[in-house]
Amino acid sequence: MAGSIQVRGLTKSFGTFRAVDDVTFEAAEGTITALLGPSGSGKSTVLRMIAGLEQADVGSVWVAGEELTEASVQDRRLGFVFQHYALFRHMTVRKNVAFGLSVRRVDKGTQRERVDELLELVGLAPFGDRYPDQLSGGQRQRVALARALAPRPQVLLLDEPFGALDARVRQELRAWLDHLHRELGVTSLFVTHDQEEALELANEIVVMNHGRVEQVGPADAIYNQPATPFVAAFVGSSNVLRGTVWERHVHFGHSIVAGAHEIPDGAEAIAYIRPHDIEITSEAGSTSFPVAVERRTDMGWMSKLHLRLEDGQPLVAQLPNDEIEAVEAGQRLFANLRNPKVFAADRAEDESATVPGAVVAPAETETQPQAEAQV
Amino acid sequence: MLQSGFGNGLGNLQDALNSFGAQNAIKLTLMMAFLTAIINGVFGTLLAYIFVRVPFPGRDLLSTVVDLPFAVPTLVAGVMLVALYGPHSTVGGWLERHGIHIIFAPLGILLALLFVTLPLVVRSVQPVLIELDTAEEEAARVLGAGGLTTFRKVVFPALRPAITAGALLAFARSLGEFGAIVFVSGNIPNKTLTAPVLITQLLNPTTFGAVAGPGEAAAVSSLLFLFSFVLVLITERVSSHSLQRAAEL
Repeated sequence: MAGSIQVRGLTKSFGTFRAVDDVTFEAAEGTITALLGPSGSGKSTVLRMIAGLEQADVGSVWVAGEELTEASVQDRRLGFVFQHYALFRHMTVRKNVAFGLSVRRVDKGTQRERVDELLELVGLAPFGDRYPDQLSGGQRQRVALARALAPRPQVLLLDEPFGALDARVRQELRAWLDHLHRELGVTSLFVTHDQEEALELANEIVVMNHGRVEQVGPADAIYNQPATPFVAAFVGSSNVLRGTVWERHVHFGHSIVAGAHEIPDGAEAIAYIRPHDIEITSEAGSTSFPVAVERRTDMGWMSKLHLRLEDGQPLVAQLPNDEIEAVEAGQRLFANLRNPKVFAADRAEDESATVPGAVVAPAETETQPQAEAQV
Repeated sequence: MLQSGFGNGLGNLQDALNSFGAQNAIKLTLMMAFLTAIINGVFGTLLAYIFVRVPFPGRDLLSTVVDLPFAVPTLVAGVMLVALYGPHSTVGGWLERHGIHIIFAPLGILLALLFVTLPLVVRSVQPVLIELDTAEEEAARVLGAGGLTTFRKVVFPALRPAITAGALLAFARSLGEFGAIVFVSGNIPNKTLTAPVLITQLLNPTTFGAVAGPGEAAAVSSLLFLFSFVLVLITERVSSHSLQRAAEL
């Protein structure tokens, strides 16, 4: 009962604003795929076009090999979970879950059985007679999920499924959804602005920005081999260092990182370096260079070190406390930058990806990734 | 009013009800008010739904026009109806030739009441509809419900208290409507004479001479007052119930 989802060349404008621009990807049968991007990147619009809630200007939608582009919403038979649950407020939990079955005139006995089965599955069996406003946010989301799954859809679409929940409940539901997916195997596509959520849950991630697909790939490829400056900056936090390329290395002052392939000598380049890819030593090595420790923020098992390179660019390192016990503010140490992702500066047009020295925080909130300039 | 109406026990009431076609006037008034409430309950809801959910050019203008009956004096509305449907007008003449009588007929009264009370229903349903999350309707459609099923099962239950309140207001307003009706109905006793018009006639010494008087007028008024009062109570209950529901959500 699972089918693949294919999206080909989807394009959609609202007035003069191009919300979705030539989006193509495929979510394989039985997998979880994340549509990841900042707000306004068009990811929700893509999801709504797959469901038929928005009409595409150009492009096609295929589910289980069948084209649905022209099909009406109600004929597509897809499961859809709305960000704010969209439960029917005047119906009990049971009535909500049974809605998709009663609308399709499934007989009452079968309806009852299926609703019982689903309430059991989402752990809400004792709450069948309650109304949505008598449930917590997490419980409502599970009712919404049960309601979407009741008619046994081939694919499940989830719009920011955990967006409206607090951090702890979100973590719980995430683990639970993962478990549920393993159990049911229904092809799932979810929209999120939270890269952590995407990395943890999804087999495959589609990163979107300004209505376009930036990169499609498995989580580790997205994280370790970002195809564009935007992906490097948006997925995971990164230091952004600006320098000049010379012989396939980026130079900033006396500091150098490798990885500037295919960028001509003399060109400006941006290097993205993860805070945990910085190694701190007390003695100079062949690939390390001097840094000044300006501040240390202890966060329990690890610390944030606010460093400054010789040419003045700031840098943040995140290291386990047991590796940097002796490090404190005011010291002059040496840093070794591993796994830099280097892009020509003119490719990194996106503002958030080019502020030199910025650590782009993991996008936790529904805003553009915030460039947190350092002192 | 109660004193002058019931000063001689129920005598005035009985007198009033047994003469001047008062019974028929009250029956007609209740009947017209009931029909108005039902028709405008449906039509007003439909109009509110279109105003909120169906974008079309000129929507704002039309939405303003709905408020017109609030602004226009009801007497003017009555004159307008006579001008539009009277036997000497194009529309009225055509209808007359086809055997449909509007002016000086119950149909005219109904039209007048429908016009005057339409905004009551539209304006009580509209704000609730605006507040209603479209995601619920989308959820219903994704789950396989067509437009009609979605309206019946998702939109209507949410609007029901507002529709009921609006329809009750329309009913109450119809019971007392005078201005819009007085020209249109022709005030033919036992046929098109409504209770509010009858009351005026009872108070007017030129109509029935010395036979009738303030006592009878007060008696019929008291009856109307009773109906209105009960209605206001019901409306209050319905809307406070819906407010409570809204507060819980």
